[in-house]
Amino acid sequence: MMEFGFRLSPSSTIDLDRADLSLYRKIERLEPDMKTCMACGSCSATCTAGQYSGMSMRKVILGLQRGTDVSGMLSCCMLCGKCTMVCPRGINTRHLILSICRTYEKK
Amino acid sequence: MIDRIASGFHPFVLPFLAGMFFVFGYCIYGILKILLQLPREDRLQFYKSLITPETAVKNVKDIFLNCLLHVKLWKRNPMLGFMHSSIAFGWFMLIVLGHVEVILFVPERIKFFYYPIFFNYFVAEADSTVKGSVLFFLMDFFLLVVLVGIALAVIKRFRSLIFGMRRTTRPSFLDLIGQYALWAIFPLRWLAEGFTAHISGGSFMTIPLNWMARQFLGNEFNMLPTWWAYSIALGVFMFVLPFTRYMHIPAEMLLIPMRNAGLRIRHARRGFARAEIFSCPSCGVCIDACPMSVKKANLKDCTVYLNRHIRRGHEKRVDEISDKCLLCGKCQAVCQVGVEGPTLRMAQRATRRYSIEQDYSGIDTRPLADAARGSKVLYFAGCMTQLTPRIPRAVESVLKKAGVNYVWMDRDGGLCCGRPMLTAGKIGEAKQLIRKNEQIISESRAHTLILSCPICYKIFREHYSLPGVRVIHHSQYFDELVRLGKLSPVKGSGSVVWHDPCELGRGSGIYEAPRDLLGRCAELREAGHNHAESICCGGSLGSLTLGFAQREAMTRNALDDLVKDAPDAIATGCPLCMSTFGRYADRPVKDIAEILDESC
Repeated sequence: MMEFGFRLSPSSTIDLDRADLSLYRKIERLEPDMKTCMACGSCSATCTAGQYSGMSMRKVILGLQRGTDVSGMLSCCMLCGKCTMVCPRGINTRHLILSICRTYEKK
Repeated sequence: MIDRIASGFHPFVLPFLAGMFFVFGYCIYGILKILLQLPREDRLQFYKSLITPETAVKNVKDIFLNCLLHVKLWKRNPMLGFMHSSIAFGWFMLIVLGHVEVILFVPERIKFFYYPIFFNYFVAEADSTVKGSVLFFLMDFFLLVVLVGIALAVIKRFRSLIFGMRRTTRPSFLDLIGQYALWAIFPLRWLAEGFTAHISGGSFMTIPLNWMARQFLGNEFNMLPTWWAYSIALGVFMFVLPFTRYMHIPAEMLLIPMRNAGLRIRHARRGFARAEIFSCPSCGVCIDACPMSVKKANLKDCTVYLNRHIRRGHEKRVDEISDKCLLCGKCQAVCQVGVEGPTLRMAQRATRRYSIEQDYSGIDTRPLADAARGSKVLYFAGCMTQLTPRIPRAVESVLKKAGVNYVWMDRDGGLCCGRPMLTAGKIGEAKQLIRKNEQIISESRAHTLILSCPICYKIFREHYSLPGVRVIHHSQYFDELVRLGKLSPVKGSGSVVWHDPCELGRGSGIYEAPRDLLGRCAELREAGHNHAESICCGGSLGSLTLGFAQREAMTRNALDDLVKDAPDAIATGCPLCMSTFGRYADRPVKDIAEILDESC
């Protein structure tokens, strides 16, 4: 195959019809607060673990909404509570994290 | 004094005897269960402490002072102390003196358990002696003491505010039965002994009653029914005792030696935790103390209800109560029995299983360790302090003014101390973080570690192993610097109140250093509740489920209490308290480092 020195980016299309949103639905019931998230990213900006692992609460919520795997990010959380302190929507992110960690089903 | 009834028996003693055997049997079963639930090493430690002379003496002393005389309760609330000690000590003395009577007058009857209790029914007074009248006087005196206690208890049930208690626990059905039986026991005893007093003799309480009864009732047929009623009341009380709050009477006698042996809660329900749960007398002192109780919705989430729901096996409520608590530790500080509410809740949280476990092995600590090198004095701001840059700025400024050569180890970010994980019950994860931080700090070869956050401070003191490193909160460190003359603050004209953060005050016992330091910078005022009684700001990381909206009332209540003495500013030593108060306060909220920085 000819080497052009560049490649096509893989598709980043999210097919919500095919995505497995069962976890999102469950968490939504447990933590209705989550729906008020406006993805401002304050949580990610302050995250203690983010610096070392790419943990970002904003991305976790986005991942849940898209049905992608979020366990890798959550396994680095230190539960320090900074995200809760800065959340402009007053979401109890610490409890949200614990709920996801409890409800998550290993694939 | 001679035996009146040849067989020394009458069927009316049966309800009492049955109740007594039942309650003794139940207590032996309960003690064995708790002992067998203890881990082996704890059990051995407990047995050893029982035969060690110092702890054995301490056990007896503590049981006497706390279970009978209620010394701790006297110190907290003299009315309640008087009520409880008059019932407990009076009853105890009635039992002891009953035995003394039997041994002195009818020693061959001591083998009957019921004789000391129903002595007056079974004997007749042959001749009056000094010894006898002194004993009868004492018996009547202690009966009066108990009756006064019971009268106070009845008043308290209907008008608890007289005793300084705004809220008390709502008794359960069996609690009520036990309570009414307990209230009935001593008036019935007085009546029964009164009806028999012309035969058995009596003293200032029983003889007048006898005289009156004979004037108005005129016959002796009332004698037996009252003795039956007295015995039945005793029997009912003892039959319901294991299922009511009165279980704390025997349980506390086990809890005190266990605590003196140095045992700790290792399981949410078993062993030592079980002894604590059953020792809760449901007095409800923790309800008024709980910072959450400012909202009616949270009234049933304090430790007394946690214990009750654990006893009854209401798992859902136990989980809810455990997760909601701020872990401020005030219920433990005011508890007369010393039930460790926060520890019980943390143990309950630790029973959860999570599908996603945290793992920090991928975090490279080398850059962090490099950042921590270069000085003997390390400053660790901690996560929460990073959110309030005013604090580290002030700390740095003060350290520079004092000429301290230091390194701010988490200037560009650090790891969490692990306390939030620990309070969430994730002990394994907390340990991972502790090991990482220990490694960073021990590699730095520092000898002093200054912390700005009491949450970090508590876990660093209790769970970190850092040989040769002195862990100190910045308020203490600055107080030392001032004492050494390295800083000379000028006292300003303003006034300031010190808020004792839960983890620094109740959690670590640091009350005086910050007050001393503040007193040098400004006029120090005190809050309505201070030291161990200080009210949590409501922002605590201890609560897992409370959201911002639910915390507001708690913060406002704590603020109202803080500004009782109209200070110009509020000072604290915890970044979390500072930002929580800052949200609603009507006057400046500052860290103690800022106040010191401004005045030197």
